[in-house]
Amino acid sequence: MITVENLTKSFQGVNALNGVTLDVEAGTVLGVVGPSGAGKSTLARCVALLERPDSGAIRVDGTDITALDGSALRAARRQIGVVPQGDSLLRQRTAAGNIALPLESAGVPGPQRRSRVGELLDLVGLTDKAAAYPDQLSGGQRQRIAVARALAANPSVLLADEPTSALDPETTGSVLTVLDRARAELGVTVLVVTHDMGVVRKICDDVAVLEQGRVVEHGKVLDLVSDAGSRTSSALLPAVDLNPINESSYDRVADVVLVGFAAVGALLPEAAHRFGVELNIVGGGLTRLGETPVARFRLGLNGERSDSALEWIGEAGGAVQRSLKGPQGVAA
Amino acid sequence: MRSATPWPDVVSYLVEATGETLYMVGVSTVIATAFGVPLGVWLQLTAKGGLRPNPAVHRVLGFITDLGRSMPFIVLLVALTSVTRLIVGGSIGSTAVIVPLAVGAIPFVGRLVQNILSEVHVTVVEAAVTTGASTLRIVRSVLIRESLPALINAIGVTVIALIGYSAMAGVIGGGGLGDLAIREGYQRFNDRILWSTVAWLAVLTTLIQLAFTRAARASDRRRHASV
Ligand SMILES: Nc1ncnc2c1ncn2[C@@H]1O[C@H](COP(=O)(O)OP(=O)(O)OP(=O)(O)O)[C@@H](O)[C@H]1O
Ligand SMILES: [Mg+2]
Repeated sequence: MITVENLTKSFQGVNALNGVTLDVEAGTVLGVVGPSGAGKSTLARCVALLERPDSGAIRVDGTDITALDGSALRAARRQIGVVPQGDSLLRQRTAAGNIALPLESAGVPGPQRRSRVGELLDLVGLTDKAAAYPDQLSGGQRQRIAVARALAANPSVLLADEPTSALDPETTGSVLTVLDRARAELGVTVLVVTHDMGVVRKICDDVAVLEQGRVVEHGKVLDLVSDAGSRTSSALLPAVDLNPINESSYDRVADVVLVGFAAVGALLPEAAHRFGVELNIVGGGLTRLGETPVARFRLGLNGERSDSALEWIGEAGGAVQRSLKGPQGVAA
Repeated sequence: MRSATPWPDVVSYLVEATGETLYMVGVSTVIATAFGVPLGVWLQLTAKGGLRPNPAVHRVLGFITDLGRSMPFIVLLVALTSVTRLIVGGSIGSTAVIVPLAVGAIPFVGRLVQNILSEVHVTVVEAAVTTGASTLRIVRSVLIRESLPALINAIGVTVIALIGYSAMAGVIGGGGLGDLAIREGYQRFNDRILWSTVAWLAVLTTLIQLAFTRAARASDRRRHASV
């Protein structure tokens, strides 16, 4: 759907983007995260066609959009709905009037415009605020109107830069719900820039970690969490070493990551039963990524067949990240 | 010592002079707005961070604008005599004053407008850009509409300033309230005319100021909307 190829951009000698390559599959949500100054906003502005990259390509449905001008550029902009960082609504227009702006740019006639605005107000759950002015809306409501505006002209891509910064957790939830609905009900491909891993946890299928203008990690969230060394797993999974444990009381100590209902619910008791080992959870915990429960546990095992039990867990879909005690690399 | 001008005569002096002032100021305000607003828009579009940044054009425009603003009105009044004759067919009278008034006010309005438009937040403008709107649409629906209350106030400020400048209209026989106060009142030691003109000018400018403040508030949709 969107492919970013080898994008570079520098500002007066500062390399903001150093060859960024990414792709977002149609109908999925990609989260772009990274430390301050990593180039996230620069990437977002390039995709939003507000900034021209120095080199590289941005393809939407195979077409490079970076070199367009004039009316072709404006048409491409209509294909990409943008939720800018910060307050971006017209204060002299009602919520409905703001949502109508892209439709006016696209030359949609009045009656159609009104019905489309109605649909979007419904999508973001603010039908009763149609006639309210931005000054009369809360931060979260304004942001939802901004999402509705971005979606008005039926774009195939929705781009949001820090859509939840400066919002409290509850309001953040309502904005994320709207982004998720856009993907689920309208099938748009979403690219969300954020410094908040909570956004990745709640709505992202894929994640790209940017550092100093480079992508240092890119993949499906559920794949990356199983990789012990990944930044994504350390940011999203429960810590396993909060409590020091007495390793000498176990034959083996290992960390495992379990993804999905079946794995989280049944894998460990089954392993203990099959191999006749004593299996204790001594650290870690359970979390949720989108709808999927994910666990990272530190296990303490006792029994002759502990290694076999760990190996079996690995084969059955658990990711045994490291064996802290005993032969290294077992089942890893 | 002459006897004081009878009140009915004072009033008819005032009425006539008010008509001349409103005519000079009104027409020159319309012209100054018609040219000054596009000038301000152009200045802002070509400014750094504007929608069509163009340092060369911006610098030239800015230079001419500031040159025009720094020109004392009385100099303009005299210097533009031949231009005025060309445009209005004569170089004296109320109509002749309109040309230097309008010319003097265009750069004034231009700078006011540019300053006001530059206050529209860049994220708001960029959001409109990302909707695929044309520059013309953004100028109209975003830059101008968002700052309409301030723009109306700026036109009010221009009107008041032009009333002030029009006092010098007497130099080329333009008449008006300022001319009345100076020529009939001050120079002929007619205190009654001098002070009633001064008082009426104060009332008139206050009323005009009030009208523009009201209009600006009425255009501000944020205030009188129901939740
Ligand atoms: N318009 C600009 N002019 C000069 N330098 C810029 C400009 N925009 C970005 N930069 C620089 O490019 C680098 C990347 O900036 P960018 O805003 O993309 O980072 P970011 O990842 O969004 O950071 P944050 O999380 O703080 O928003 C920074 O070093 C920044 O100073
Ligand atoms: Mg940023």
